[in-house]
Amino acid sequence: MMSTSPSTTSSSTSHYPSAHVAQAIETHTLAVIVDNEPGVLARVIGLFSGRGYNIESLTVSETEHQKHLSRITVVTRGTPMVIEQIKNQLDRMVPVHRVVDMTVTGRSIERELAMVKVRGKGDHRVEALRLADAFRARVIDATVESFVFEITGAAEKIDQFVALMLPLGLVEVSRTGIVAIARGPEGM
Amino acid sequence: MTKEMTGAEMIIQALIDQGVEHIFGYPGGAVLPIYDALFHQEKVRHVLVRHEQGAVHAAEGYARSTGKVGCVLVTSGPGATNAVTGLADALMDSIPIVCITGQVPTHLIGNDAFQECDTVGITRPCTKYNYLVKNIADLPRVLHEAFHVASSGRPGPVVIDVPKDIQFATGTYTRPKTFAHRGYVPKVKGDPERIQQAVAMMRNAKRPVFYTGGGVINSGRRASELLRELVRVTGFPITSTLMGLGAYPASGPQWLGMLGMHGTYEANFAMHECDLMICIGARFDDRITGRLDAFSPGSRKIHVDIDPSSINKNVKVDVPILGDCTLVLEEMLRLWTAQPGESDKPAHKAWWKKIEHWRARKCLAYKPSNEVIKPQYAIQRLYELTKDRDTYITTEVGQHQMWAAQFYGFEEPHRWMTSGGLGTMGYGIPAAVGVQLAHPGSLVIDIAGEASVLMTMQELSTAVQYRLPIKIFILNNHYMGMVRQWQELLHGGRYSQSYSEALPDFVKLAEAYHGVGMRCEKPADLDAAIKEMIAVDKPVIFDCVVDPAENCFPMIPSGRAHNEMLLGDAAENLDEAITEEGKMLV
Ligand SMILES: Cc1cc2nc3c(=O)[nH]c(=O)nc-3n(C[C@H](O)[C@H](O)[C@H](O)COP(=O)(O)OP(=O)(O)OC[C@H]3O[C@@H](n4cnc5c(N)ncnc54)[C@H](O)[C@@H]3O)c2cc1C
Ligand SMILES: Cc1ncc(C[n+]2csc(CCOP(=O)(O)OP(=O)(O)O)c2C)c(N)n1
Ligand SMILES: [Mg+2]
Repeated sequence: MMSTSPSTTSSSTSHYPSAHVAQAIETHTLAVIVDNEPGVLARVIGLFSGRGYNIESLTVSETEHQKHLSRITVVTRGTPMVIEQIKNQLDRMVPVHRVVDMTVTGRSIERELAMVKVRGKGDHRVEALRLADAFRARVIDATVESFVFEITGAAEKIDQFVALMLPLGLVEVSRTGIVAIARGPEGM
Repeated sequence: MTKEMTGAEMIIQALIDQGVEHIFGYPGGAVLPIYDALFHQEKVRHVLVRHEQGAVHAAEGYARSTGKVGCVLVTSGPGATNAVTGLADALMDSIPIVCITGQVPTHLIGNDAFQECDTVGITRPCTKYNYLVKNIADLPRVLHEAFHVASSGRPGPVVIDVPKDIQFATGTYTRPKTFAHRGYVPKVKGDPERIQQAVAMMRNAKRPVFYTGGGVINSGRRASELLRELVRVTGFPITSTLMGLGAYPASGPQWLGMLGMHGTYEANFAMHECDLMICIGARFDDRITGRLDAFSPGSRKIHVDIDPSSINKNVKVDVPILGDCTLVLEEMLRLWTAQPGESDKPAHKAWWKKIEHWRARKCLAYKPSNEVIKPQYAIQRLYELTKDRDTYITTEVGQHQMWAAQFYGFEEPHRWMTSGGLGTMGYGIPAAVGVQLAHPGSLVIDIAGEASVLMTMQELSTAVQYRLPIKIFILNNHYMGMVRQWQELLHGGRYSQSYSEALPDFVKLAEAYHGVGMRCEKPADLDAAIKEMIAVDKPVIFDCVVDPAENCFPMIPSGRAHNEMLLGDAAENLDEAITEEGKMLV
């Protein structure tokens, strides 16, 4: 059997610096305007995975057809230094036009859309409809034993709605991820 | 077994538990803890290569000649990027490899730390799967899972990227008993109904042909045995891809030779004219099909493959059978022998007559010479003088590789190691190192080109260090012959940058490495020289100076149909054969 090596730590035998002093973790929503070209999403995702950044949510769609521009909204977590680094890394990518930190500008609206399928009969069905009404969810498909609700709102509102549907016969959920836009008359 | 140990120790322990005896590698800052753990044990032997690309090719040669998983250990950054060519090679040729790469400590990942690169990002498209281990608790599972993924289903290379802090961290090592990977469950047993259907079609075929490939080799020795039996009992002709050579013996009566771009006339015409194609573990590569719309237009096709993405990728088939060659062949053989039924004997007789006619073309014939050594002759002599020995052949890439495939007769599987899919020049020497290590007493020969060998020549130093008496048999035509041939045939003879200028003196080069160098320039001296080479118990470079102008025929220029096959001048001119078949082809 192999012998256990003397207790070594990475700092004593390594040519790498040790980890930074911990900073608080923050969640930021970034809007990234990119050329709508093949592989652009892979590049953005590759940046996150390659450098070990988190992706909490990611949405992407073409927003300006004539100019071939897409908007990527990404929610990420990290220390202020890491968030800063992520923005800089995104900004220097060739197909990226602009990166705006919607969390720092502070005046943004965030929304997510979800479709929620619930199956049930009798009281459960009635209760599901009543709650949907309270959450301003719309019925977009119905059978005698099921509903599909469409609900839009902040992510927490959707979480809450989904949690309430769970005991009432939740079957499945499909969510878009967060999209964000700044308040007021200015564009980004 | 459950035990507290460091990440580095877990890596070594997992290798031991997986039965690994050799690992090919090169040290560096980000893997020093693993090298330290290696130092403390004797079960896993480390083989120090001279370049990380060589480590992967050596592991490939080791894996292909033994059926085991080949193992590699390299450092972060340049160690990992140097390994990329080998990984891409192993992916294309379905070779099981586990490659452990060092990585900068987790807290520095993404910071452009010293010798950092995005290893999982870079290797994602050239591995079957890869892992970045960021938590010591995941390491034992990942290590064992990697071996499972590399060797099961369609084999391939797996990278495990291990940050240095994880190598130092301590945790609990256990060897998991099962793999509950949620998405990864390769299907190995073919659908019985489909197999039944296939056998019925085989029974009714008038002009059948077996087209087999590397999958038969991947599936293990038993698959070759079953294949031989099935070919025997059916009486059907058989051809194989470059990757499948040796599964059916080249001396077998039903053997048509290799098919494809540099395949034989009879193999390609049999493929073109058959009414039933039985493809076993081959992937309808473009070197086989040529122009797709003209590929075997009149046949129904059965395809046995373990990878669903290989099926209907290039060619639409009639009966796809998803499964492992061994299991499917077993079932086919069982049904064929159990079910009553007569094959169409007169039709088969006529079919074989046609094949004999194509054979009579003697498409591999070349003009012999007493003055210069013809490369084909050199391979023929090498074959005659080594066939009764326990011999393994590796190759580089180029004309010499094709001549080796055409003129060296492979009788057994796992004896032929070549870079088919990626076509990596520089594969042969390190692959020979790996093969020789796995088979110490055997004769291991790299059939090489003078240009290719210079890409990984430094591995000769590895061979010398570990006393591996590999033989590097260079068909030295003073050209990147394969490139020159294409330039001659397709670019008006403008030999742009394909002349091998300023070549080293290979004899002195061998001596400088403390090996043995030999040169042969005359056909009359060849036999004696080859015998001498075999007798030397040291690594040898054999500089076989051959005709610089020789081309490799037959050849179907890429993107052309089979009736656009080019033949050498020496092939029999069976005029009617060409025109008659030519008319039938589109
Ligand atoms: C210069 C040059 C010229 C070449 N010319 C030719 C030529 O003339 N003729 C030729 O044949 N090749 C030629 N090649 C090689 C060619 O590029 C391909 O590598 C080769 O044809 C592929 O062989 P294969 O179809 O057997 O597939 P492989 O790459 O060996 O793939 C094996 C197939 O079997 C499947 N498989 C794997 N394991 C199993 C299992 N256990 N059970 C069932 N299925 C399994 C896999 O999913 C895959 O589909 C040339 C290469 C070079 C470099
Ligand atoms: C790494 C790499 N670079 C380039 C090529 C393209 N290529 C294919 S064959 C060949 C020439 C090989 O020359 P040599 O080794 O002398 O073999 P020959 O064809 O003369 O037998 C080249 C350059 C390749 N296959 N691999
Ligand atoms: Mg050459």
